[in-house]
Amino acid sequence: MSTAGDLLFVVSAIAAIAGAAGTVMSRKPLRAALCLLGHIVALVGIFLSLQAHMLAAIQLLVYAGAVVVLFVFVIMLIGPEAETGSSDKGRAVRGLAAALMGSITLAIMFVVLDHNPAMGLVRGCEPGTDCMTFGGVEALGRNIYIGGMVPFELVSITLLVAIIGALAMARGRTPAEAKAASAGNADTEATAAAAEGE
Amino acid sequence: MDIGLGEYIALATLLFGIGALGFLTRRNLLIQLMSIELMLNSVNVALVAFNRWQPGSYDNMNHTGQTFAFFVIAVAAAEAAVGLAIVISLFRLKGSVETDRANQLKH
Repeated sequence: MSTAGDLLFVVSAIAAIAGAAGTVMSRKPLRAALCLLGHIVALVGIFLSLQAHMLAAIQLLVYAGAVVVLFVFVIMLIGPEAETGSSDKGRAVRGLAAALMGSITLAIMFVVLDHNPAMGLVRGCEPGTDCMTFGGVEALGRNIYIGGMVPFELVSITLLVAIIGALAMARGRTPAEAKAASAGNADTEATAAAAEGE
Repeated sequence: MDIGLGEYIALATLLFGIGALGFLTRRNLLIQLMSIELMLNSVNVALVAFNRWQPGSYDNMNHTGQTFAFFVIAVAAAEAAVGLAIVISLFRLKGSVETDRANQLKH
């Protein structure tokens, strides 16, 4: 791999780790959302250093453009209550969780960093050769449509179900529906009927 | 310094560990959802790195890992939408986004 690719990896990796740590440790959710944005932009650099151009563009569009904006909108909807204050778990539980996750993570990291050097490096991509199209729109699209046609179509159904589920979940009840539900509470059969009618 | 597959997998492991730690220790539902996103993203890094280092992936244009990462991104977007709808619903019910307040099934 080229030196520029190595530099991109190092810079992006440091930014990604800093963003992830900021997301987890911020007390204010809005600050956490902005740290998540930084983390996602850093991951775009990681994807670019891996010659995954199309995926980098998708990452930027879907995560930075949609998911983070959704988070910020929900934080805005909830208002100041989004900050839960000092309700995090106690010091002992937090220390235990940190020790457990830290030891597992470090164990895996030491194993993978001690890799076989023959597997460590791949042939770089010369400009003008065929491999320059690797990870592009055409190459990835061909792979998705040939190798994953049915899952790709199922993704559209998944997204449709998610949209309907999110609407049903977040819409709440109109005053008339709430009245019907509270009236039905006295009578279990009426509650079941109201739930069925919904 | 040569950056190989090991460095990428180590980065993915570290990011997954940070996300899991955040999910386990924070009580704020919004930040727990963000931690889930961190974990899903770290898996994407591992998948794309394995794709790049797969022998012959350049010659026969094998994008299996990137295809997997594409589907992970799509499912993560759906998960965020439904998860945030649940957050709003819980906030309407309890007036708070603390997970400790969601205890109706406990009693």
